[in-house]
Amino acid sequence: MCGIAGLIHRGKSSNVGSELQGMLQALKHRGEDSTGYALYGDTDGKNFIMRFKVGENVGEGSSSVMEDVSVYDKRKKIVDETLAEMGAKIVKEERTLPYSLRYEIDYNVKDLLEFSQRIESIPGVEILSMGKSLEVIKDLGNAKMVCDRYSLDKVVGTHAIGHARMATESGVDIKSAHPFWGYPFSDVSVVHNGQLTNYWNNRRVLENKGMRFMSECDSELIAVYLAEKMRDGATLEEGMKASLTGLDGVFTYFVATKDSLGMAKDTMAAKPLVLYESDDLVAMGSEEIAIRSVLPQEIDTYDPFDGEVKVWQI
Amino acid sequence: MANLKTVSKKSKAQSMGMHTEVLTGRTQQKFFNPDEAENFYYFGTYDVDFNKRTDLDVKDMTAPEANKEIDNLMSQGYGTIVIKNPQGKHSLGVGILNKLNLIFEGSLGYFGMGSCDGPIVRINGRVGWSCAENLMAGKVVIEKNAGSCFGAAIRGGDLICKGSVGARTGIDMKGGTIIIGGDAGAFTGFMMQRGRIIILGDVGINLGDSMYDGTIFVGGEIGSYGSDAVDAELTKSDQDWLKRKLKVAEIGENFDVSKMKKIVAGKKLWNYDNLEPTEKKGAI
Repeated sequence: MCGIAGLIHRGKSSNVGSELQGMLQALKHRGEDSTGYALYGDTDGKNFIMRFKVGENVGEGSSSVMEDVSVYDKRKKIVDETLAEMGAKIVKEERTLPYSLRYEIDYNVKDLLEFSQRIESIPGVEILSMGKSLEVIKDLGNAKMVCDRYSLDKVVGTHAIGHARMATESGVDIKSAHPFWGYPFSDVSVVHNGQLTNYWNNRRVLENKGMRFMSECDSELIAVYLAEKMRDGATLEEGMKASLTGLDGVFTYFVATKDSLGMAKDTMAAKPLVLYESDDLVAMGSEEIAIRSVLPQEIDTYDPFDGEVKVWQI
Repeated sequence: MANLKTVSKKSKAQSMGMHTEVLTGRTQQKFFNPDEAENFYYFGTYDVDFNKRTDLDVKDMTAPEANKEIDNLMSQGYGTIVIKNPQGKHSLGVGILNKLNLIFEGSLGYFGMGSCDGPIVRINGRVGWSCAENLMAGKVVIEKNAGSCFGAAIRGGDLICKGSVGARTGIDMKGGTIIIGGDAGAFTGFMMQRGRIIILGDVGINLGDSMYDGTIFVGGEIGSYGSDAVDAELTKSDQDWLKRKLKVAEIGENFDVSKMKKIVAGKKLWNYDNLEPTEKKGAI
């Protein structure tokens, strides 16, 4: 089933980590195999923030194969060496969990394709997000468990999207969890509720064009599809509008960039979405109770119609 | 509350103008008998007094707790219950088979007022997906917007949304009336089998797709017609009915109903009435 939620503050920052945790926890009945956050935090914009994993969470019903922690250490060491070879300086390093790391990197290159390809050529290593504001945090369990595990409740920023997953098409693991980074674009992330029926056809076409897939989760296709459109010069909104016909199946998805947040709903309108809009806040979720967790007072909400695409700026 | 009883074609209901349709072929239609209605009660329902009123704050209750408390209040004879702080909770007010005046001071989540028969409900907020699904009789008024599958499979009663509604409004409906003050999404009236839908605003693609019977009236633009949905002539009788219905619904009282479009089933897909039961099985 899955649940998605997002919010964007316009003209100000807020405690988006805590707010999104409340929204996703309200949707936990839609799936708690894994939960993911894409948080756009307040930063000075100088360094890249890279969230990456060197292994999987093998507990809590995971479908991943058990690995020794020493394997994670070896992979981390190779990542550090590769970064040094590319001239990327690690400014700050955090290792929240044995398999999950956060680096702040001083690296002055706009095209992240080569950078990402080199890092991900290390077996078992996946970049969860790369950007100057975006941080993707995803792991097994419900929203509160992931929030507590990664201390996300104090993250301050302008906007965020998240996903509560019930695994259906692919495994219970971090690589199949949402949000997906819009590889190789800085600060682009996607969450999706639904099912894409032309996943393999699109994947073959996009892989032939040089795009990268890390999982077999159909939702990843949206991130890659939009990334390819933007690579070819389309704006985010143009890419999203193209997706209404380019992607087949049922879907409601959110996509976020450094300064915007958008939603798209398929032409069948088969997946739910409730929206709240005001001058200083836009909040959205699969169910109204998600919005109620940040706005308990009486508010006006509505369902976007079929085939609708909307984008908001911070 | 409905009391269903098969009567001859010239029933009192028809003579009162409550039912004017003339069907051909074999039909399984049941007619409403107003003489019997007052004597009909479900097992476990209560004799309530509409003048006896109380408030119920459900802020810290789960949906089952809230629904149980509504039932408890009805058992004490309360005929008017005001629900405070529903806060978008799912499945509130479901399964009420009682005369009751129910007011929600706020919004409901999914499946609100599902499977009800008889209550008069006013929701001073929004409702999520599948509001009033399977409504048998009564009246549900939503002051703001509604989600998808609004009034799915209703058999009777009036379902009124003063704002806009999502996709598949009135899907599989088998009777009753749905009135929308704003716009409606795609697949409105999808596979409807009887009843009427009135939309004062625009409606999305595939209107009345695969409808078997029933009527849809649209005041605004139509995205596209669904399979087997066709235009029909808007008669004087239709206009009179629309005026009366909109007035009672407190919605679009001054709306120019003469310009509304009337959509019915082309009935190219509709041939089950001419089949024997064994043939029906084969057709399905």
